[in-house]
Amino acid sequence: MLSPAEQAALDAELPHYPARRALCIEALKIVQHHRGWISDEALRDVALALGMTPHEVDSVATFYNLLYRRPVGRHVLHLCDSVSCWVMGCDGICDHFRNRLGISFGETTPDGRFTLLPIPCLGDCDHAPSLMAGNRIHGNLTPEKLDRLLDELD
Amino acid sequence: MARPLTEHIRHDRTPLDLPAYERTGGYQALRKALAEHAPADVTEIVKSSRLQGRGGAGFFTGMKWSFVPMGPDAPRPKYFICNADEMEPGTFKDRYLMEGNPHQLLEGMILGAYAIEAETGYLFLRAEYHRCAEILAQALADARRAGYLGINILGSGFDHDIHLHTSAGRYICGEETALLNALEGRRAIPRAKPPFPPVVGLFGKPTIVNNVETLCNIPHIIRNGADWFRSLAPGEEAGTKLYGASGRVNLPGLWELPLGTPLREIIEGHAGGMQKGHRFRGVIPGGASTDFLVEEHLELPLDFKSVAQAGSRLGTGTMIVLDDRTCPVGMVLNLERFFARESCGWCTPCRDGLPWVEKILQAIENGHGREDDLDLLRHHARMLGPGRTFCAFAPGAVEPLQSALKYFEDDFRRHLQGRGCPYRHSPAAATA
Repeated sequence: MLSPAEQAALDAELPHYPARRALCIEALKIVQHHRGWISDEALRDVALALGMTPHEVDSVATFYNLLYRRPVGRHVLHLCDSVSCWVMGCDGICDHFRNRLGISFGETTPDGRFTLLPIPCLGDCDHAPSLMAGNRIHGNLTPEKLDRLLDELD
Repeated sequence: MARPLTEHIRHDRTPLDLPAYERTGGYQALRKALAEHAPADVTEIVKSSRLQGRGGAGFFTGMKWSFVPMGPDAPRPKYFICNADEMEPGTFKDRYLMEGNPHQLLEGMILGAYAIEAETGYLFLRAEYHRCAEILAQALADARRAGYLGINILGSGFDHDIHLHTSAGRYICGEETALLNALEGRRAIPRAKPPFPPVVGLFGKPTIVNNVETLCNIPHIIRNGADWFRSLAPGEEAGTKLYGASGRVNLPGLWELPLGTPLREIIEGHAGGMQKGHRFRGVIPGGASTDFLVEEHLELPLDFKSVAQAGSRLGTGTMIVLDDRTCPVGMVLNLERFFARESCGWCTPCRDGLPWVEKILQAIENGHGREDDLDLLRHHARMLGPGRTFCAFAPGAVEPLQSALKYFEDDFRRHLQGRGCPYRHSPAAATA
């Protein structure tokens, strides 16, 4: 079952769409916001709330890269690896992640603090290389700047 | 030089709030349209302005609107959608417009909705643009309070509201029919065309989907007229364009310039030329899915027609510059890796062909390329070209590949002969 907070968030969106199933992505985002990721149980809860089958919901959940079907760390860091960031050296930032935290794309630190994922162009190309942490975009990245950012995130 | 879209955007990009936008003449176009023009007249003005879609395809906006069934017998409701799913690699123009002047976009959307008599609007925003989402939610609330949205807008009898839909990722959502599926809560897989969205779109109803920059032009066209808009550009095409540059240039950024500004003026003038120690080798002019242009094209006016005649596409107008110390093979590998990852998987040529292309390029870059690989890559570029896949994704994906094989064939050969990447400073070589 959806929690009261999840249900309330879903109900607030409901009037904006003519069909219940149109809320599938929104519902998955709401559940992920509250639970951190989308477990099989979360899928079933969303399916029940929208009158869909869990398989239908899973077909949506597995399509979108910002919906996590596996547990992630407390901080998910999305490093842009698209072309402008590549020209400006995002591979060096990747190396720095490997050296400092021991993780590559798709991996989480053993302490559950950080997950590193690639992301398509963040629209910050005039400040490449760039990454997104939570709701914030950090541009003109250098290994030193990345160190300061990682220190700030608990 | 007129910069209607950006002249009021503040240097620190703090958004113009409603009173500030109104002081610049904001919402005067909407007042004028509702008071003086029938919906079909608005479409007619946009048609005669010759505004072309700024999302990359360059289709005439007024013509698109004119495909929507009108009158009392038209299917209802109709939908007007802003495509704010800006995810074309190297492109950062729509973000600037939304953060700096959100009401300019909303006014364009409301005018478009009025023109096609749409009851409901959606602003489809990519998930990563959190700051845009906050700014737009505030702007929508302010516009509703001021009576620019909702029931009986400005006493005209026209009802319209706009909902902000934030997405959950995936590049393909920018394809307009994939976007419709995403809005319906489904996997973002493109739809077969025809029928086209203006006739059968969201939830099966008539729907217009327009890019952010396209819509930001609408209030200015309605306020100042089609003749004024056409006079903004020196050539046959009309209006201004947000051009951008990134890569090893001195001043990466964005500039609103007359549509048809020459490539050289942007790179050597506005972008401040190449960084010290780097020489210009080429550019993909309008995001990842456009063909390379090279030195011989520096005088080219960057408008839709001229760039197409030179064998590329204007695309989004935000260019990525290739310098002489960056490996062209590595750059194309990066692009094809992106496209292989972002293929929606619906049709076989795209789903299987693009990873194949990526693997060949990776092998060449790593020094395991074979003599016949270049022919194989050319074969793929043809087999993934226009008309052979379900949508325009794969044809776009092979544009930089086919043009790299044409302009940088020597670089590919050096990789094959030297068994690996000759660019010591190439970002790819650094991690190989």
